[in-house]
Amino acid sequence: MDVCFGLVGIDFALLVSDTNAGRSVVIMKEEEDKIMKVDDSKMLAVTGEPGDSTNFCEFAIANIELYRFRNNGAVLSTKAVANFLRGELATALRKGPYQTNLLLAGFDKGKPSLYYLDYLATLHKQNTASFGYGGMFTSSLMDKWWKPDLTLDEAMLIVERCLAEVATRLTVAPSQYIVKIVDKDGVRLLAKKGQPAASAFPGAGVVPSA
Amino acid sequence: MAFSGKMDLRCLSEDYYSPDVLSDDDAMLDSREVGGAPMASFPLPAVDDIDTFTSEVTNLVKPNHGTTTLGFIFEGGVIIAVDSRASMGPYISSQTVKKVIEINPFLLGTMAGGAADCQFWQRNLGVQCRLFELKHKRRITVGAASKLLANTLFSYRGMGLSMGTMVAGWDPDGPALYYVDSDAQRIKGKRFSVGSGSLFAYGVLDTGYKWDMSVEEACELGRRAIYHATFRDAYSGGTVSVYHVTENGWRKVSGDDVGDLHYHYYPEGNPTTQVVDPLDV
Repeated sequence: MDVCFGLVGIDFALLVSDTNAGRSVVIMKEEEDKIMKVDDSKMLAVTGEPGDSTNFCEFAIANIELYRFRNNGAVLSTKAVANFLRGELATALRKGPYQTNLLLAGFDKGKPSLYYLDYLATLHKQNTASFGYGGMFTSSLMDKWWKPDLTLDEAMLIVERCLAEVATRLTVAPSQYIVKIVDKDGVRLLAKKGQPAASAFPGAGVVPSA
Repeated sequence: MAFSGKMDLRCLSEDYYSPDVLSDDDAMLDSREVGGAPMASFPLPAVDDIDTFTSEVTNLVKPNHGTTTLGFIFEGGVIIAVDSRASMGPYISSQTVKKVIEINPFLLGTMAGGAADCQFWQRNLGVQCRLFELKHKRRITVGAASKLLANTLFSYRGMGLSMGTMVAGWDPDGPALYYVDSDAQRIKGKRFSVGSGSLFAYGVLDTGYKWDMSVEEACELGRRAIYHATFRDAYSGGTVSVYHVTENGWRKVSGDDVGDLHYHYYPEGNPTTQVVDPLDV
């Protein structure tokens, strides 16, 4: 059960995603990064059918890169990328759709933006957005606390509140999250939240990370 | 299973195809000859919904690996351990299935899910890997091999394939382990278990795993995890095969009958399953 949400601040956008990967009731991996970098000023958080999601994102990102190569390094705006993704999902919808929901966050010309795009190819530009059961808890929280001139500290406070709420109320709450930011300095990992459940096994803890 | 009560088996009765049961239209079709063979020699099952009927029958007859497989990376390389049982519904169709596919001397694949799907597509992966070697004059990486399989499975998604596989091996970057399934999900990891018995195997594997165990300890952990899975999971059993992969390629370490293992681990029987007198409290 993916938990995925994002919000726009005064000069940045944040995406938050859990890092679980698995099948049916089994968690098979606790450190899967589900927020992909599109280019230096855009990132894409993905939920939905695992195979469809990776495949669609890799396809989309490769095509966005191809566009840049073909056009002397001209970088697409976040809006253009959002509409490209929407077009691809809309085309796929009538011939074996991708079960993939996306949040696209970008930063261009000094302004951050966040786009909600679901597998039915619904595209919305939003200030706060979320998916799934986790989203039901977080969307109301973000509605309550979000404001147009949100600073990073205030935004992180909202993220903390959302994660605490999910941990309290969602039966299948994930154990770990990543928070990524996009701003004038590009896309980067801002924070990791939560404790790996596997830390209960001390022997496994000494595995050097790849 | 919903299967047993609902299936329309009237077509199996002897008089079902007799002329008086068939309507006039059917009788005409019946006598028409195609390519010399009368149509009646290839009767369709006379059921209301042939699609449902066919898929029910196919699923019953399809040999499934109710399976336990596992793989993990540790200091001394990669360990792969699997059971060897194949079942068709409640029937054990084989106790001697080879669930580790030796793709090349440095690559192993494991099978869980539909037996035919796994055998066919892993052999196909072996072909693709060999062609890669011939074309590029170097061995394929584990990541690339698993991606070939994931891409194949993605192109068949939603078409009924059933596979849960691990691709393990050693390439220039060191040991690697990937989980790939018929949803085309592909995850890189250090510790996986796949199949109906995987939940049992994970229990033993997670609690016993250490990065810096010896090769002997690691093999025993894999063996023990599969043994305990075969003990609790009716669809897993037969023998436990353990493979070890190093920079010199893979080596089969052992193959032990789970019955022998059981009496080796528990000469008096497993205490958790000893009969308790309900009146003796």
